[in-house]
Amino acid sequence: MIKGLAIATVWVLDPDRAKEFYTQKLGLEVRTDLTMGEGSMRWLTVGAPDQPDVELTLMVPGPPAMDPESAEMVRKLVAKGAFGVGVLATDDIHGDYRKLKDRGVEFLQEPQERPYGTEALFRDDSGNWFSFTQRREGGLDLERDCA
Amino acid sequence: MDKLRRMRLAKDAMDRDWADPGLDLDAVAACAGYSRYHFLRAFKEAYGETPGQYLTHRRIERAEEMLRCASLTVTEICTLVGFSSLGTFSARFKARTGLTPSAYRARHVGRGASLIPGCYAMLWAGGFSTARSEKRTGPGPAYGDEGESADSITGTADRRAEP
Repeated sequence: MIKGLAIATVWVLDPDRAKEFYTQKLGLEVRTDLTMGEGSMRWLTVGAPDQPDVELTLMVPGPPAMDPESAEMVRKLVAKGAFGVGVLATDDIHGDYRKLKDRGVEFLQEPQERPYGTEALFRDDSGNWFSFTQRREGGLDLERDCA
Repeated sequence: MDKLRRMRLAKDAMDRDWADPGLDLDAVAACAGYSRYHFLRAFKEAYGETPGQYLTHRRIERAEEMLRCASLTVTEICTLVGFSSLGTFSARFKARTGLTPSAYRARHVGRGASLIPGCYAMLWAGGFSTARSEKRTGPGPAYGDEGESADSITGTADRRAEP
């Protein structure tokens, strides 16, 4: 039986910069940082301290997993901002928005009310897009104006 | 890659500050650290349309969401998304969606649409024109919106607001 999502991949352009961004700016923790062989494969994962069973693997597109042409295409797409990773959950959207913004995280949208909660948008420093959401307690609010 | 990153920063500035009527071509080009001439060309190369076309699309897409979800008048929404002329707003809205703002609201209002996360609507509906493969012929890069078809980009009232 499937128990849930354990690891998701985020394509990043520079592992060291990504590590710094995800830990120092977002406040995630490093779960693993290994280099296998002679510097060939870096296995770098991060996760939220409160959620030990889910992690993001920060991978640089390139060989041997990808041929050079594919890697270049993925790098371009990341840099152009074409990829969205998903939703990061918070229990204090306004406080965390301020904190992340002060640390230099680029927000595309400040927190706004939605039927399902309050949501902001930011990018990591490679170009990946994240929704940053505090879920509304008590389920959907369908009566609310949400623009 | 650094060039693409700069273009992304400029695009993100339009995604973030679309309501700001002072967001003109110079301001957006400054986000990328480019001169306006090189910026226009580089942006179009990266994303397939000019910054002005992109900002118009972004504003129309935000207006669509407001029409679906918010108890605001069409005139209020027009101003909120950064247009200064209702006529221009309506014309561009219709060119993009095929409906006038009022007709769009009549068709789409209801609870369901507001359940699509706004961020996904922003990514999906606010994206780039699918007609991008039609290459324009002409000398040099188009300045702002000048290359766009006459029914969608004609007004001069919003010129300052549209890079």
